[in-house]
Amino acid sequence: MMKKIFVTAFLLMVHIMMFAQNEIAMADEMRSNGKIYVVVAVVLTILFGIIIYLVRLDRKISRIEKNNS
Amino acid sequence: MNKWWWKIACILLLVYTIVAGLLWQNVPRLPQLNETVRNIYFHVCMWWAMMILFGASLYHAIKYLRFNNLRSDIMSRQYVAVGIVFGLLGYATGSIWMSYTWADPNLPASASFSEIAREPKLIGAAIALLIYFAYLVLRQSINDIDKKARISAVYNIFAFAFLFPAIWIIPRILPSLHPGGEGSEGNPALNFKDLAPGMRLVFYPAIIGWTLLGVWITTLKIRLLLVTEKNMLQ
Repeated sequence: MMKKIFVTAFLLMVHIMMFAQNEIAMADEMRSNGKIYVVVAVVLTILFGIIIYLVRLDRKISRIEKNNS
Repeated sequence: MNKWWWKIACILLLVYTIVAGLLWQNVPRLPQLNETVRNIYFHVCMWWAMMILFGASLYHAIKYLRFNNLRSDIMSRQYVAVGIVFGLLGYATGSIWMSYTWADPNLPASASFSEIAREPKLIGAAIALLIYFAYLVLRQSINDIDKKARISAVYNIFAFAFLFPAIWIIPRILPSLHPGGEGSEGNPALNFKDLAPGMRLVFYPAIIGWTLLGVWITTLKIRLLLVTEKNMLQ
């Protein structure tokens, strides 16, 4: 009987510990309703904008180098 | 565009950093930090890129002193300029991050300010950046081209040497809110015991990606200057 109570108490403690761990707030909600993908899309758009700008600059400078030599 | 492959690698690494860095559920659930732990892929990488760009600048400064070629001086100067941009981005992102993790949520933001402003990592980083600002001012103040190149190359070596006590050593031996302060060993981001193993899979590529972006911007500036300053170089 005592053993069972201990086991139950132990499992309960483990459960509470797991629960306490899960209480740490993360962006779970944004993940479940898919809104995090919006953030990724926005950041990727900015990155691609910067990269397209860099590629165009790179091409332009290559042309100047060719004309100059 | 010459030598495409590393530019493509840079783009792929940055896309990977953003997609995996924001979506991949391999980050630990930590109190206080919560989801902001992902900032390590962005904020910390800015400082890494800055260090590597300043390192490249140092390399060209030493090369100038060795061979007296003004090309090296132009390269050294441009690496510093882009390194400073990355340093400022690191500073700005750090100030956003700390205002959500270091500030006491029970007090108004201004009340936590005096506590945060005493942070040795902040002061050290500010000193290091100011020393590099002084590099740019120093260059502007000398008219003779050869003298300018030589003095600024010597100053560059001093500035790089000063980065180590200002950013890496002093904040580590003082009590600090920033990771890697008193009591922890070594670099918290590189320490295998500190950084969660899953995060390393994104963090290391992120460092390379951001650094390559910095190098790309710098090479563009250098190539343009080499064309426009052609007469001076000959």
